[in-house]
Amino acid sequence: MVAMGALTMESLHKTYGEVRALHDLSMEVRAGEIVGFVGSNGAGKSTTMRIVLGVLEADSGEVRWDGRPIDLAVRQRIGYMPEERGLYPRMKVSDQLVYLARLHGLDPSSAKAAMEHWTEVLGIAERRGDEILKLSLGNQQRVQLAAALVHSPDILVLDEPFSGLDPVAVDVMSGVLREQAAAGVPVLFSSHQLELVESLCDRVGIIKSGSMVKFGGIEELRRTDDRRWVVDGPPATSWITAVPSAQVVSTQGPRTVVEARGQSADGVDQEILRAAMAAGPVHEFSLLRPSLTELYRHVVTADSTTTDRETVSA
Amino acid sequence: MNPRPNVVEISNGAAIRLIAGREISTRVRSKAFVWTTVALVAAVVLGGVLLHFVGSQSDTAQKVGVTPEASGVAEQLVALGSVLGTTIETQGVESAEAEALLKDGTVSAVVTGTDPLTVLVHTELPDALAPVLGSLAQQEALSSAVTELGGDPGEVGREIAQAAPDVTALEPEPERDNAQVVAGFVAGILLFISLMTAGQLVAQGVVEEKSSRVVELLLATVRPWQLMAGKVLGIGVIGLTQVVLVVGAGAGTAAALGLVDASSINLGVTALWVIIWFVVGFTMYALALAALAALVSRQEDVGSVTAPVMTLMMIPYLIGVSIAPWDPDNPLVVVLSFVPFCAPMLMPIRIALGEVAPWEVALSLGLSLALIPVLVWLAGRIYSNAVLRSGGRVKLKDALTAS
Repeated sequence: MVAMGALTMESLHKTYGEVRALHDLSMEVRAGEIVGFVGSNGAGKSTTMRIVLGVLEADSGEVRWDGRPIDLAVRQRIGYMPEERGLYPRMKVSDQLVYLARLHGLDPSSAKAAMEHWTEVLGIAERRGDEILKLSLGNQQRVQLAAALVHSPDILVLDEPFSGLDPVAVDVMSGVLREQAAAGVPVLFSSHQLELVESLCDRVGIIKSGSMVKFGGIEELRRTDDRRWVVDGPPATSWITAVPSAQVVSTQGPRTVVEARGQSADGVDQEILRAAMAAGPVHEFSLLRPSLTELYRHVVTADSTTTDRETVSA
Repeated sequence: MNPRPNVVEISNGAAIRLIAGREISTRVRSKAFVWTTVALVAAVVLGGVLLHFVGSQSDTAQKVGVTPEASGVAEQLVALGSVLGTTIETQGVESAEAEALLKDGTVSAVVTGTDPLTVLVHTELPDALAPVLGSLAQQEALSSAVTELGGDPGEVGREIAQAAPDVTALEPEPERDNAQVVAGFVAGILLFISLMTAGQLVAQGVVEEKSSRVVELLLATVRPWQLMAGKVLGIGVIGLTQVVLVVGAGAGTAAALGLVDASSINLGVTALWVIIWFVVGFTMYALALAALAALVSRQEDVGSVTAPVMTLMMIPYLIGVSIAPWDPDNPLVVVLSFVPFCAPMLMPIRIALGEVAPWEVALSLGLSLALIPVLVWLAGRIYSNAVLRSGGRVKLKDALTAS
């Protein structure tokens, strides 16, 4: 049973000659959900998005919308921001957006209204009469986002929408994505700015060499088998011996990171806290979870060969 | 808030119309297009006016003054002139003013006496007048003899002047006047220029979309063949407008100034054929050029990738304007006028020259039209496969074989 209004990619495979670009990639973006797509350059993020948009054909696998294979009519309802930005350089911002809106099936007056709305929201209303090539890169980027939004898409697929944006534009862009998701639009975007992905997304997919290595909610992904806690209190040396199933990982000033040893009991956190409090006042005690950045590093380097590591450490 | 507009799924026709509409409005607003059109129209109109001016100059009547002493020869002069192919206008002048009129060019010669014939000129006798006055002198000598024999010299003189042999030709040369040659020439040049410029607009337009990467955004919502068809259609409409304006201006100028003899050339029909052949030629060349241009990603590479087609375009043009007007039956001209890609330039020239049978036009047009569906298929395939591959030049073979 597929949720209503979900964009589903199932077992996508794609090879370019000898190069394996995608291998058995599956993911789902539900209605009203923002999904972040992270992975190193060349991992297959853009390839996946281009397959969703139909500008590239998968060797096998299927993209579905509402449980049905996606077709041109559905694709016309997608807002797309390609990795390689592109607009007519010598066309005015307003003409360009109206043209794109009409190609997506809007009538002339709705197209004009939508152009006016989005140029206003994205802060480029004064630039409507300018040719694209006369705009700054940041403003071109805003026009590019307007081009993805101008036909009120049912689905958003944005390839690195935040790259090259100043902090204000990042806030505007984030706001727009949240607003779109709140209106029920499934949003899929890729980014290298992991803090941004962490703060914005409901779920994250980490792709490596064409395969999805992790896919799930941020909280879910951050829950790891390594159980570590931060203790801000008396020096660990004075109390750690009281908890045989725990060991010190690192110490920084009054802050000590403690790790549960092996398959210890669930109550080990309470044991640690009690031992620390017995030795002195504890100002902070919390479960330490990896940030998305740490998680990403871990995942991306996990299968690397020893030679890779040596190169890195050398 | 986010407006929820009425959205309809757009049909093939609507997509092509939108794409063509963008091409048209972009070109119409471009200064280059407007000025090229103005320049072409001006060239045709000015050319016509110039032709009219030069043409009427050569036809100008020779003005000959006749003093009262020689007034009797005026009528004979005109009659002799028409037999010898020189239009002569006579005017009576006083001997006293003869010199002034000769010097200011009002008359080219003044006949001052008849027995013997005396003629006054400014510097020398015009070539056109020499045989007329020579014959007149002989007639004057003859008429003196006739008078002596008791006959009427005036009547004898007129009869002699009008006597001409009655010639019957076994194989009359087809009538071809200058207007036909000029029309053929102009048709050839106009078709070449307009096919070349419109074809180049198509090639540049394809590469513009590719190099600016906007093509990826477009192809996420329309199909490649719709994009190509819309572009070819839009630029075709622009090119056609240009051709119609130029042909209309040319035909209008010719008709208004009476440059053509309606019995030798039907201007309207010739003009219509030029327009029809433009449409056929443009369709073929535009498809070929759109496909080739899709293989490259940078404007700098358009020239080299389209060079074969541009060269192909030169051949019928050069033959068309260098051989056809003077020798329309030349076997090379006749054969090539049936070959698609050559026909759009050569056939209209032959039609303008009036050297072509209706079945020949029909056959040539049929051959070209039959090739168009093949070109549509080929160009669509190459374009679709190549247009999203940016970077280096895509090999034609890869574009044809890739799925």
